[in-house]
Amino acid sequence: MSTWSQRLDNPVSDRLRDPASTGYLAIGLGAFAAFLAIPPIEARSPTWPIAVGIVAIALGIWTATRGRRRLGWGAVVGGLLGIGLGILATKSGTSNLELVFDTTLLAQTFGFATPLVFGAIAGMFSERSGVVNIGLEGMMLMGAFWGVYGADKGGSWVVGLLVGMASGGLLALVYAYFAIHLRADQIVGGTAVNFLAYGITGYFFQQFYNGQITGQVSTVPNLHIPGLGNFLEGSIGDLSWLTWASFALVIVAYVVLFKTPIGLRIRACGEHPRAADTVGINVYAIRYACVILSGLLVAVGGVYLSLGPQGNGTFINNMTNGRGFIALAAMIFGNWRPAGAFAAALLFGFSSALALKLQVYSSQASTLFAVLPYVLTLVAVAGVIGRTVAPAADGKPYAKQ
Amino acid sequence: MTEPKKDIVESPEQAASTGTLAARLSLSQRAGGVAVPVATVMLAFLIGGLVVLATGHNPLDAYHDIFDGAGLNWIFHPTTSTQTTAAYNLSQTLLQSATLILTGLAVAFAFRCGMFNIGGQGQYFVGLIVANWLGVSFSGMSPLPHILIAIIGATLAGAAWAGIAGVLKATTGAHEVISTIMLNYIALYTATWLFGDGGPLQNSTQPTVPVSNPIASSAQLPVIWGTIGFQGLDIGFLIAIAALVVFWALINRTTLGYEVRAVGFNPEAAAYGGINVKKNLVRAMAISGAFAGLAGAIDMLGYLYQYGSLDVAVSQVGFIGIAVALLGRNTALGVFLGSLIFGGLIYGTTQGLSSNVIQPELATNLTYIIQGLVVLFIGADILILYVWNSRKRLRRQSPPQAPAKAAVY
Repeated sequence: MSTWSQRLDNPVSDRLRDPASTGYLAIGLGAFAAFLAIPPIEARSPTWPIAVGIVAIALGIWTATRGRRRLGWGAVVGGLLGIGLGILATKSGTSNLELVFDTTLLAQTFGFATPLVFGAIAGMFSERSGVVNIGLEGMMLMGAFWGVYGADKGGSWVVGLLVGMASGGLLALVYAYFAIHLRADQIVGGTAVNFLAYGITGYFFQQFYNGQITGQVSTVPNLHIPGLGNFLEGSIGDLSWLTWASFALVIVAYVVLFKTPIGLRIRACGEHPRAADTVGINVYAIRYACVILSGLLVAVGGVYLSLGPQGNGTFINNMTNGRGFIALAAMIFGNWRPAGAFAAALLFGFSSALALKLQVYSSQASTLFAVLPYVLTLVAVAGVIGRTVAPAADGKPYAKQ
Repeated sequence: MTEPKKDIVESPEQAASTGTLAARLSLSQRAGGVAVPVATVMLAFLIGGLVVLATGHNPLDAYHDIFDGAGLNWIFHPTTSTQTTAAYNLSQTLLQSATLILTGLAVAFAFRCGMFNIGGQGQYFVGLIVANWLGVSFSGMSPLPHILIAIIGATLAGAAWAGIAGVLKATTGAHEVISTIMLNYIALYTATWLFGDGGPLQNSTQPTVPVSNPIASSAQLPVIWGTIGFQGLDIGFLIAIAALVVFWALINRTTLGYEVRAVGFNPEAAAYGGINVKKNLVRAMAISGAFAGLAGAIDMLGYLYQYGSLDVAVSQVGFIGIAVALLGRNTALGVFLGSLIFGGLIYGTTQGLSSNVIQPELATNLTYIIQGLVVLFIGADILILYVWNSRKRLRRQSPPQAPAKAAVY
């Protein structure tokens, strides 16, 4: 796999002749085949999706024969899916289609993706420094509950956000102590963190609120952007502040991790802690900082769940319901890189949004659709669509000498 | 244990930081004996008690009520009839323990092969689904074959479900933790869909209730203590005990167990010794899943009889199995004792609890806090090693040659 800089040095014509380009084009065509049949284009005859899908399959086979087998077969599957979904869409009623594919679908995609983006970036900081963070789920849950508690007692969502972040950071500190100083097994420790958070939030929710939040709590406001036109206003004109913050976080995380000396140190601790130690980097300090930062960030995702537009100032037991794990999956799916994790979070957010919308067809289809992120992640870790590569020292405790 | 015992203390620091998961666990298993799990449980109960105290309840009274809720006060006035509350509560605790024995064994078996099977919950769901499906079908069959079909079907289904993770690990190197977590959610949503409104296994007489059909009476397990229909203790408990024996024999007395442990200690060395590592990874995962699938079967056939979408959302037995296995040091006897503790906690903090000190809704979460603390402390094996090392040092202080290498912490 050539690096981006190498690829950029090559002349454009070389890169076009690379079978990989054809493979990606074919996958794009497969998606386009399905896209043809839904609003706003909404072709009513299955001919168009089938025609485009066949082109995608042909290109996929060509790619496969040129050595990029995995990508090629991926494109073939993409083409088949495009044809299948396209035919399904042309068979269903126009009114249903318009209910599912309206502008709020995009807004909801961003909404569902927000906690995943926070979680994925949080996990990335932790894992890039060499500490696996299975406990994201628990830290997110802490953020969700203590966020509501802070907003309730402090009277403002800002207090809620701070209290929520503090709770996530505190749990992360406990985890960091066990994972870094005591060199406990990180997977076992992270699992313990999830159990603990489940118990702690459930206990105090019952103790303080008797299992139900009755009064209205201050919630995170949305950012209204008027005058964008129908489509844009429907999709990005009314998103939560935290959603915008999550977009910004992706860019900041990219710059910090890959363009600054601190980022280089973090990655050094994750790839080769001994070497990092030799050149004078304090591995423990970096790892502590990263794990705590991870707890702070993922807790923001939790605060979004309870104080954002979906939770609207409420909390229920086990509110995160696996979102921490999906965030972890998004990070893996995105190959431990901010842009990739963001794309994966959007994909998973889209599948959640679609699952919600598909209830107009049947609740069963919607339940089954909710499985998609997990299946995709399973496929991703199995390396069917390009192998993911974790930081070399990820999950290995480091003993100072 | 056939490993030489003298080299344990040579470089535990190094072993702890570089060894495989199973090697580290076996190290802590030999270091400290039974004292460490006991200390862990006491510490977890102590911190749990502090939480109870901090929120204005009397922890001693709370634990006393939970003790009674679990039916442990039965030992003060034992009776074989389940008419008394204590005896009934105890039978319910054992009912919970039977499930935890099996989900604990599922985690323990994979651990012995160096893998962490977080997917016990999903494999349990798959077992429940298949046991329900087979238990509802073939009504009118005579009991023994019907029960056998349902149990074997559910066990195989659990094995197959975990086997997916094993095959993925062996062929592509996909980490079993991630793949079993994903398989958990896939099983969870599949169960929600199957038992939910309009789902294929949903109740045929009450189409609006998201719950499955009850299994045929021919598939119900016989009850050994209590009354059938009132959640009496069924033979599932005996099946679980038998599974403990099978686990012990499989691990300690068969070639399969030897290979599994060898791969768990050091895959490279095992491969060098001619053991097929990939085959063992798949096999260990499948056996591990079989235990969890069997747990689903005895629950469904023993006392649940039917299952709903809402039950799926709150079930935790697969996860508590992790705490049971870790607390039990992945040995048969340890898993048994661990399952009694957590079985008692589960029942004693929920239906069994009648208390004016602590509400069941509060006490249930206390169980999860204790569970989390147990897993947290057991995972920190270096704490154990530190205690072990200092004990060794004390013992060696009489001869002048004290160990040259001091513990870092």
